[in-house]
Amino acid sequence: MSRASLFIPLGIFLLIVAVGYVGFSLDNRNELPSALLHQPFPEFSAGVLNDPDRRVSKADLLGHPTMVNVWATWCPTCKAEHAELMRIAELTDVRLVGVNYKDVAAKARRWLVDYGNPYEFVIVDQDGGLGVEMGVYGAPETFLLNAEGEVVYKRVGEVNQRIWRDELAPRLAEMGVYRMPAPEAQTPTTGAAR
Amino acid sequence: MLRVICLMLFLAALHASAASPVDVYSFDSPEQQQRYKGLIAEFRCPKCLNTNIAGSDAPIAQDLRRTVHRLVVQEGYSDQEVRDFLQARYGDFVLYNPPLNSRTLLIWLVPLGLAIVGVLVLFGLLRRARQQQVVDLDDSQRQRVRALLDE
Repeated sequence: MSRASLFIPLGIFLLIVAVGYVGFSLDNRNELPSALLHQPFPEFSAGVLNDPDRRVSKADLLGHPTMVNVWATWCPTCKAEHAELMRIAELTDVRLVGVNYKDVAAKARRWLVDYGNPYEFVIVDQDGGLGVEMGVYGAPETFLLNAEGEVVYKRVGEVNQRIWRDELAPRLAEMGVYRMPAPEAQTPTTGAAR
Repeated sequence: MLRVICLMLFLAALHASAASPVDVYSFDSPEQQQRYKGLIAEFRCPKCLNTNIAGSDAPIAQDLRRTVHRLVVQEGYSDQEVRDFLQARYGDFVLYNPPLNSRTLLIWLVPLGLAIVGVLVLFGLLRRARQQQVVDLDDSQRQRVRALLDE
């Protein structure tokens, strides 16, 4: 056995360390890649939270860039992201649509009164049927659709400042529903964006 | 008598806790029920890492069981159509038996590669063992060995 082959175990060890280092530093290792990405949004027909007589379908999401946000009052992370959604609604021209996922309608209405309503309308998905069509496995989840109703981006988890800055703002700007702040005014907080 | 009742209650509780989540569904035939059971055992729950949807209490697993039941009983889907339906919505992740494609090639090939490496190492060791033949000692050498051992 040559001297060099004595280093084989060390090499294997370093390889394992390298794989582990890369693997564990991926922050989305528990995240599913969305099967719906670059696919058309599913067809559906559902009621609307604050308008019991109205039915909406996929047609109501077409024609304009749309952000579909899946939320529920039982979901603490949804509360954490609510302020960010309010800000996005104010800052951009994207059509923000909520999906109230497996929730109690009265609680959901209360929530929108208490924390503000960033949504153009809120689709009611009481039994999670639409959620299954959308591949939702937890709340919050956010889908960005182009005017043709194709999913161009999906976020599982909270929409926060980082997601806004790195993922949403550039895409919304590209779709023409948001104007990026001038480079000199570009700060992590978007207060200067107006 | 009291003892018997206690024992029965205990056994009943044990049975209830040992059972996996139970939904009350009706089926048209026992075959249909078997297919449903087989299918829900086959899919991985998207939320709870590494449990199948049959064994999970997570709300999403309940929803998916209900969906599978609907597809099998009401919509008359075949097993493969149910698999395709869930895969289209939740991706390869929900399949415990991942399809062989360019993205999953690695997970299929690595075990195969490791098996081949293992066989090669085994053959290498066997060959080396065969090459190290025991050298027969002559009488004088034997005596020296014995003398050394006796010291």
